This record gives sequence, C-alpha cells and structure tokens, in this order.
Amino acid sequence: MLRDIDIPMLDDLDRRLLRQLQADPSLSQADLAERAGVSPLKAGRRIARLEQAGVLRPRRAVIDWAALGYEVAVSLRITLDKTAPRAFDEFLAAARDIPEVTEIQTFLGRVDLRLMVLARDMAHYQALYRDRILALPHIADIEALVTVSTLKDDRSLPL
Amino acid sequence: MTPLDDTDRALLREMVRDAGQSAAQLGAAVGLSQPAAWRRIRRLREAGVLAGRRVELDAQALGFGVTVFLGVKLATRGRISLEDFERAVTAIPEVQLVEHVLGLFDYRLRVVARDLADFERVLRRRIMTLPGVGDVEANVLLSEERRPGPI
Repeated sequence: MLRDIDIPMLDDLDRRLLRQLQADPSLSQADLAERAGVSPLKAGRRIARLEQAGVLRPRRAVIDWAALGYEVAVSLRITLDKTAPRAFDEFLAAARDIPEVTEIQTFLGRVDLRLMVLARDMAHYQALYRDRILALPHIADIEALVTVSTLKDDRSLPL
Repeated sequence: MTPLDDTDRALLREMVRDAGQSAAQLGAAVGLSQPAAWRRIRRLREAGVLAGRRVELDAQALGFGVTVFLGVKLATRGRISLEDFERAVTAIPEVQLVEHVLGLFDYRLRVVARDLADFERVLRRRIMTLPGVGDVEANVLLSEERRPGPI
C-alpha cells in the first residue's frame, strides 16, 4: 500500500489515546488528555499526527436504522458463477445500485461475497429479494442469515 | 418523529462520512445556516436516529492484517445456556461483532487478528473453547465497502 506519510511507530501514549477514544468516541480533547494522563496540548498533537498518518480516520456517526423504520437486517452469503470472466465486477457494480445494501464484503472461503440488506419489514424484504437481489448478475447460490439481535458491534481493535 | 426530508438525509450522509464536523461546517455542506443545522441535528439525536459515533482506525496500519468472519453453530442446543456462550464470546477482545442469527448458523462473528497464525491462536484457544460451540465456518475478508444505506 502506498502512503504519503510514513506510519509512525506507535508508542504507549498513542495506544492509550486510541484505546480511550475507542471506548468513548465522543470524548472531548480535554477529557481524552486527562484519561490518558497527559496535557491537552500533547494529546492534541498526538491525535493530529495519528490523523495525518491516516491511522485515525474521521469519526463516523452511527445511524440507528430501527429508529428510521428499518426493522429487518439480513446477511446474504453469495456464491458467484466464476465461469463468467467479469462476474465479481459486474455483481459489485449492480449491488452498489441497491440503496438498502449497507455493506459489501468479498471473501476467501466457502462463500464469495456477503451483502447486508436492510428492510422495513419482512414483506419489504421479500419484495427487495425478488425484485432486486435475485436480479443481480452471476449468482450461483444464496444463503440468508436473519439478524435476531446484535450483541456486540464496536469494531474496536485490541490495542 | 416527522419523516426525513432531503436535507435530513444529506445531513446524515455528511455525518456518517465525518461526524467530527461542527454544526457550521455541516450546515455549509448541506446549505443550511449554523443554527438551522444544529436544530436538525438535535432533532435527529432526540429521535434516536443518531446513535452515537464510532472511531475508525486503519486496522492494517496498526498491525491487524487479517479479518475473518465466522459462522458458529452451537453443538448442544438447549443444554448449554445461550447466555453463557454470549457472555464469553462478547468478552473476547479480538471479536468485534457478535450477531445472533437465524439460518445456517446460530451466531455470526467478526474476528480481527495480526496475521493468519495469530488468527489460528484466537480460533483454537478462544473460539473453539467457548461453552457449547459446535461447527465453525471461517471466511477470510478480502475487501469491504460500507454503503450509505437507504438515506
């Protein structure tokens, strides 16, 4: 991977700051500095350096889809017909056009791809599945996992 | 809450991209004054649509080169309590995501590791020793993109 700026070696302070931020992403610079046991100025400089190096990316707002009326989340595990030469590219391009698809992952393993699909209810899901998902190109097989509950989703790294 | 209008949607997309922006910056991005942007953000927060923030780190740059999705089936359904499995699996630091699912598997996990050898260690020592764990299927993540979703 090419980068403009070399990734600095992380020291204990960097790790402390990132750990605290992961635990509470809404921390102000002052609170973050206090929890990491350094001056706000020093904490600010370190955070700026981590941001510049691309290690710390912009924080993202988390949307509660249920609050917007999307009660159903389904993981679709998809196997493609790899005899078609551009199967992956064509499938990915078409999947990006479905607004209800929130995540697209490709894998090395028994399945080739996974789509996370949101729907308002099962009737909406069924309509999406029939009209949009099954219309995607080069599908050889689909398995669905319906999310019952999410017990953990913090994307934290064990720093 | 009242249904989202196009400005709400634009505001949400902007905050998903970068939640660190001020109300003035967010307003400028979607064509609102600072107070108007702030009022909308407060309304979205109060309606529970904005459910906090997430820190995004470059896992690769921090030495976590491998992400694996696991499908886990429990072996002794009924005899082992789901709570025991859930408590133990959510406590593993390398496990970033735990979803209870219906289908071919009972749980879906996202596991991060330094490399494949490190992943094998996590799998053998931490995952395969979980109470009630049965069949496990692993798929190694090659690429990932997150879409804005239906907003």
